[in-house]
Amino acid sequence: MPSISRAEVAHLARLARLAVTEEELDTFAGQLDVIVSSVATVNEVAAEDIPPTSHAVPLTNVFRDDVVREGLTNEQALACAPAAEDGRFQVPRILGEEQ
Amino acid sequence: MTTMAETMDYDEVVARFDPVLGLEVHVELSTATKMFCGCATTFGAEPNTQVCPTCLGLPGSLPVVNGAAVESAIRIGLALNCDISPWCRFARKNYFYPDMPKNFQTSQYDEPIAFEGWMDVELADGDTVRVGIERAHMEEDTGKSLHVGGADGRIHGASHSLLDYNRAGVPLIEIVTKPIEGVGDRAPEVARAYVTALRDLLRALQVSDVRMDQGSLRCDANVSLRPVGTTEFGTRTETKNVNSLRSVERAVRYEMTRQAAVLAGGGEIVQETRHFDEGSQTTSAGRRKETAEDYRYFPEPDLVPIAPSADWVARLRETLPEKPAELRKRIQQEWQLSDAELRDLLNAGAVEVIAATVQAGATPDEARSWWVSYLAQQANTRGVELAELPIGPAQVAKVIALVNAGELTNKLAREVIDGVLAGEGEPAEVVAARGLAVVSDDSALTAAVDEALAAQPDVADKIRAGKVQAAGAIVGAVMKATKGQADAKRVRELILERCS
Repeated sequence: MPSISRAEVAHLARLARLAVTEEELDTFAGQLDVIVSSVATVNEVAAEDIPPTSHAVPLTNVFRDDVVREGLTNEQALACAPAAEDGRFQVPRILGEEQ
Repeated sequence: MTTMAETMDYDEVVARFDPVLGLEVHVELSTATKMFCGCATTFGAEPNTQVCPTCLGLPGSLPVVNGAAVESAIRIGLALNCDISPWCRFARKNYFYPDMPKNFQTSQYDEPIAFEGWMDVELADGDTVRVGIERAHMEEDTGKSLHVGGADGRIHGASHSLLDYNRAGVPLIEIVTKPIEGVGDRAPEVARAYVTALRDLLRALQVSDVRMDQGSLRCDANVSLRPVGTTEFGTRTETKNVNSLRSVERAVRYEMTRQAAVLAGGGEIVQETRHFDEGSQTTSAGRRKETAEDYRYFPEPDLVPIAPSADWVARLRETLPEKPAELRKRIQQEWQLSDAELRDLLNAGAVEVIAATVQAGATPDEARSWWVSYLAQQANTRGVELAELPIGPAQVAKVIALVNAGELTNKLAREVIDGVLAGEGEPAEVVAARGLAVVSDDSALTAAVDEALAAQPDVADKIRAGKVQAAGAIVGAVMKATKGQADAKRVRELILERCS
């Protein structure tokens, strides 16, 4: 039986960049526990000879030809950007994590 | 803020420590379109002009795999003696960083398309080291960030950042070695030789431009040390931003001397990403690794699995070019080179570029003469290898063809090459933009000849009197008047015609 801890919720919240209060950690831990437990019932019927499903359709090798298709213009691309500069998307200062 | 780290003398490093390397090479494929959408991949386009809803991660867009990129990936795997997975999936690598507007990078995780291979790498003295290949997997490149307001364009101190997504989604193959052990003091040389050999192989496969200066070939070097005689791996660092073959060697060497000093002083190596600085030839600390590795990979639901049939793989195997080592043997015979001559060309990094230029239509002599003289001078001046010059074999072959067609003189050809090196475009574009075409219009040349003859009547008289060798002075004057854009042979003919 899975059990979701407060620490795990806090970790997930950090990874998802969500601000979660102390009270919410308890609430979400409980809720997530119910969800994970419900989904876990699948394990009870999944036999070893049945591989885990990742795709609903039995297709492989769906490819596109390597032919250029017209995309968006610079103006169209930036139309919905909250801010832009020199034809580029402008984003706030990136803190702490240089890639 | 940057302080020079302590380093240990290299001889002492290798007397006390045994280095272990792991090299990760990212290669951008030279497909016409991106990995998951039909956007163009041309290098150097205006920002955000090769983008669409899919590579911008807009809601409702769906990716479709570029079949040509998968073929390239399989061919790379085969050339690296890998097994090709009969069934594999893409995975989402989740992270928040503005270089990926989707907030995940589509990659492969535990099911790489190619795995368990090897490559033989020849060192300068002829020794061969076999480097194990852990895996080669498919993914997409990220966008380019420009950090504004900080020193040197670095993120530190920047006020904000600007993003260009032209590169986001460009097909990328990541090739990862197994740990390279037991090479001792030759570790820096082996690292460089491996990346060189891999670059040559990828170029021969014609799957990538493999231009380190443009980022189409990038190397991350993992380095760790352990005391000589022990087997357990030490803590490693990963050095990024290694943008030339020479830097690969220097980055590994520097990191060995830095880590040795830390360990000898009783310190511990911090597992971190380090940034290689081309200017100082040193590395500096970047992102700490301990919190950065939770990418929550899961199978990409929007892309169906890839299942290369045995038939398909066999057909792709037949398209593999001859291996660089075999190419060298064949070329030595065909060009009738002595061992010493071949070694000189190899050390100059000229064999593959010459062979590729020949393949693009030049004769071996023409190709050799350009690469070992004028282009070698340019590479030397810039402190790069021939293959790193911003001009490729196909472009050199084109210039040679223009010379053969009488459209360029050798002097003009050098100017065209200068233009390509300066980033002015393809040879034909440079010819047009700089107005370098040979003046082959006889009426224009005749006018220039007449003018030169009129300016030097005494010389003209000598020629008329049969002193043909005097024509040289007039040829010189005409060449000067046409700024070297005339065909000297034709000018000579015209002078003799006018004086007959």
